[in-house]
Amino acid sequence: MKKYDKLVTNAAGRVVPEFFNGKEHTPYLGVGKYRPTGRKYAPPIATCADYPNDGNKTVPSIKDALIKADIKDGMTISSHHHFRNGDLIANQVFDAAHELGIKDLMWFPSASFPCHEHLIKYLDDGTIHHIEGSMNGPLGKYASEGKMSGLGVLRSHGGRYQAVQDGDVHIDIAVIAAPTADAFGNATGDRGPAACGLLGFALADSQYADKVIVVTDNLVPFPCYPWQIHGNYVDYVVVVDQVGIPEKIISGTTQITKSPDRLLIAELTAQFCDAAGIVRDGFSYQAGAGGTALSIGIYFAEMLKKRNIKARFIRAGSNLYPVKMLEDGLVDYILDGQTFDLEGVRSMRENPNHVNTSPFTSYNYHGKGNFASLVDVVILGATEVDLGFNANVVTHSDGYLLHGIGGWQNCLFSKCTIMPIPLFRDRMPVVIDEVTTLCGPGELIDVIVTERGIAINPLREDLIDKTKNSGLPIKTIEQLKDEAEAICGKPSKPELDDEVIAAIKWVDGTVIDAVKKVPGK
Amino acid sequence: MESIAFAGNKGDRVRSDCFITLELTDNSGLDIQLKSKVKAMFGKDILKLAEDILNYFEIKNAILKIEDSGALPFVMAARMEAAIKQLVDTKKEYLFDIIEDNKFTTLKDRFRFSRLYLPGNTPSLMINAGLHKPNGLILDLEDAVAVDKKQEARFVVRNALRNLNFYGTEKMVRINQVPKGLDDLDYIVPHGVNLILVPKCESAEQIRQVNERINLIRSENNISGDIWLMPIIESALGVIKSFEIATSAPNIVSLAIGLEDYTADLGTRRTNEGTESFFARSQVVNSCKAAGIQAIDSVFSDVSDMEALKQNVLTSKLLGFDGMGCIHPRQIAVIHENFAPDEAEITKAKKIVLAFKDATAKGLGVVSLGTKMIDPPVVKRAERTVMLAINTGKLNENWMEGPAI
Repeated sequence: MKKYDKLVTNAAGRVVPEFFNGKEHTPYLGVGKYRPTGRKYAPPIATCADYPNDGNKTVPSIKDALIKADIKDGMTISSHHHFRNGDLIANQVFDAAHELGIKDLMWFPSASFPCHEHLIKYLDDGTIHHIEGSMNGPLGKYASEGKMSGLGVLRSHGGRYQAVQDGDVHIDIAVIAAPTADAFGNATGDRGPAACGLLGFALADSQYADKVIVVTDNLVPFPCYPWQIHGNYVDYVVVVDQVGIPEKIISGTTQITKSPDRLLIAELTAQFCDAAGIVRDGFSYQAGAGGTALSIGIYFAEMLKKRNIKARFIRAGSNLYPVKMLEDGLVDYILDGQTFDLEGVRSMRENPNHVNTSPFTSYNYHGKGNFASLVDVVILGATEVDLGFNANVVTHSDGYLLHGIGGWQNCLFSKCTIMPIPLFRDRMPVVIDEVTTLCGPGELIDVIVTERGIAINPLREDLIDKTKNSGLPIKTIEQLKDEAEAICGKPSKPELDDEVIAAIKWVDGTVIDAVKKVPGK
Repeated sequence: MESIAFAGNKGDRVRSDCFITLELTDNSGLDIQLKSKVKAMFGKDILKLAEDILNYFEIKNAILKIEDSGALPFVMAARMEAAIKQLVDTKKEYLFDIIEDNKFTTLKDRFRFSRLYLPGNTPSLMINAGLHKPNGLILDLEDAVAVDKKQEARFVVRNALRNLNFYGTEKMVRINQVPKGLDDLDYIVPHGVNLILVPKCESAEQIRQVNERINLIRSENNISGDIWLMPIIESALGVIKSFEIATSAPNIVSLAIGLEDYTADLGTRRTNEGTESFFARSQVVNSCKAAGIQAIDSVFSDVSDMEALKQNVLTSKLLGFDGMGCIHPRQIAVIHENFAPDEAEITKAKKIVLAFKDATAKGLGVVSLGTKMIDPPVVKRAERTVMLAINTGKLNENWMEGPAI
């Protein structure tokens, strides 16, 4: 079987395959254009009589659980990434599968991290056929060089939920590593030695997989309450010595930046939001855990404090900074999708206004509405932005696939999407003629803030109007690009092979772009 | 001469720089090897630049290895030239045209609240420095450059003066101590430097030597335009001679004080309270005011403590200083904010300026505010305060047209 077939040009002008990994896929049609019909996907009917009356679903090992779950060649195994680079379980699942001689598995993680480099040997020996999920670092490099047997498929967090819910992806076995669980399978992330806050990325897996295995290192007597994953979805529970390495679960990026250049960009971003009238009583924002985004949050907090007003909610990625705002009364709610440090974990456990959310609540394409579009301003990064305000977040300018999409695509639906980015990194211009890989359509991207000026999407006449006398360095995107080229030179496009190695899905499950192979050295 | 040369920096933490290895060979032609993190985008441009430079210096046979961490073209050219000149004896210089934005001179009495030190051999710190809007940027050839990197730093500083956008901040260079520092002048005087810092200055003679060399270079290159000097007083002797130094040449715009070296010279150490340097600071301020030039205070070295910096600035202002150095861009705003007049000072100064204007309009020889007579020096100080307030963004320049106070 071919890895992919039927190349067509989609509505964004990108050439993408309509067929890959054994299935048909719809090319991107435009924002909000794709409206699938029919009924949502459903897992097999279970019967409680088939499960132990005493509620004890424990089995001795991951391998035993996989055997009981009837693991077979070609199945799809899913996992979540709440342990980030400290995950100890995904690698063990494939060690066990390898020992059982299973082949051609599809790994469906909500994201992968450098710690999963271990799995390259299973991609080499055929235990794993391909990965559908973000591929960071070593796995991205492996895929970029065309070494994976199937096509990589990258989805946003919301897109992953959508794909599971509409049956694009069928999960045979979900393995949910849990910081705390009971023998019935109720599980939570807000406590235990490997506490990670919440388990939202595993929600779809628990609801829709044929078989669900919870793995924990902190088994408590029934009930594990509050439960974030309900035991009624769970088939087996495995107790291990350790599910994750705490110091690596805590993200390394949750420090306010000390870089004066990034602080300058953060300051300009906050000033822009203020000039545009966004920072007002009852506003809402989302800022990630990167250094620049965190600093913007601090500037917001200072403005709120000075004016004696408060924000209604922060969408997060939480850590100590939003938590402090919550506790200082500068915001009513944190709607948290993943927790980045122990302060975030503590707050989630103790504060009812620190709400645990999932891709279902936050930005599900098949939901009856979209939280993401209620947020006043969202701060996002990008590896490249082009003259049409289109942005890339997965590949570098040399063509290598190095980042996942995360919730990035989903967040673009906010009322104002701002990308604070350096105009160039070393000599690499960030504002260029055309993005290497299209992840976000320009019509959804409103403002680019760089250290050398701010460009507003011409579609946003309202923002242009509100900030025209602000004294801020407002320029056109063309001016920014010219300025980058005056300093760095005009960059050549990377010379890539024609072969497609990965597909980029839009939030609705259509294919927005394809990633090409980087030529061998 | 040697047959192999090195220049530049490499390593995991090095950014916006490159490392050059150049080996002259007998007759094998040119072999250029490029390893670059921006190869996909700029590989061809880099090879073209390398060939062009080798041709310019008439090098026909060589192995050139470029290990590039994203160096901008002016940095890469500086690194290559530094390597070439270790192997080839030539007076030729490989220069890009000066960018339009850098073609400016400065006025003697412009504001010099803040001047940011940048190590002369670390391009990554230079690239965005002007965006932080200090009053001046100092490319440092002296203490911030390792002894074995002094020569290659000269090429970076020279090219930076021409091709690094200073965004309107005064283009300053700190040369090495005279007499060694005189040779630094060849690399900066023809390339648009506005102000030269002369470190560890202890005599008028040192200033005379600097100006003599500057004038020689200017006449050789047929260039004009003001070049200002800021001697740095860093020793007990320098403090004692400060008035002599301050009045030694008409292009001296200010004296700066360097307290690290000064306290070492006294055999004491620097404290936050600054009791040990009170005399020196006051002496330098007095020498400057007597000479009619600006007095500039030492840098504050704890870059994480903004509150202590603020106190330092307030003390400095009280002593009569007009500005101070900084070593981190985040210090700039604190320095500007606190050297600038505060609200009470501005309000009072506005009243005095308006009273003076009113008196002048009425043809009165005496200015009075309420029942008080205002002396001419008070008016002068008020005018300066208003100008400072406008310059630091605390007062609209059309304030007189606004509503009455």
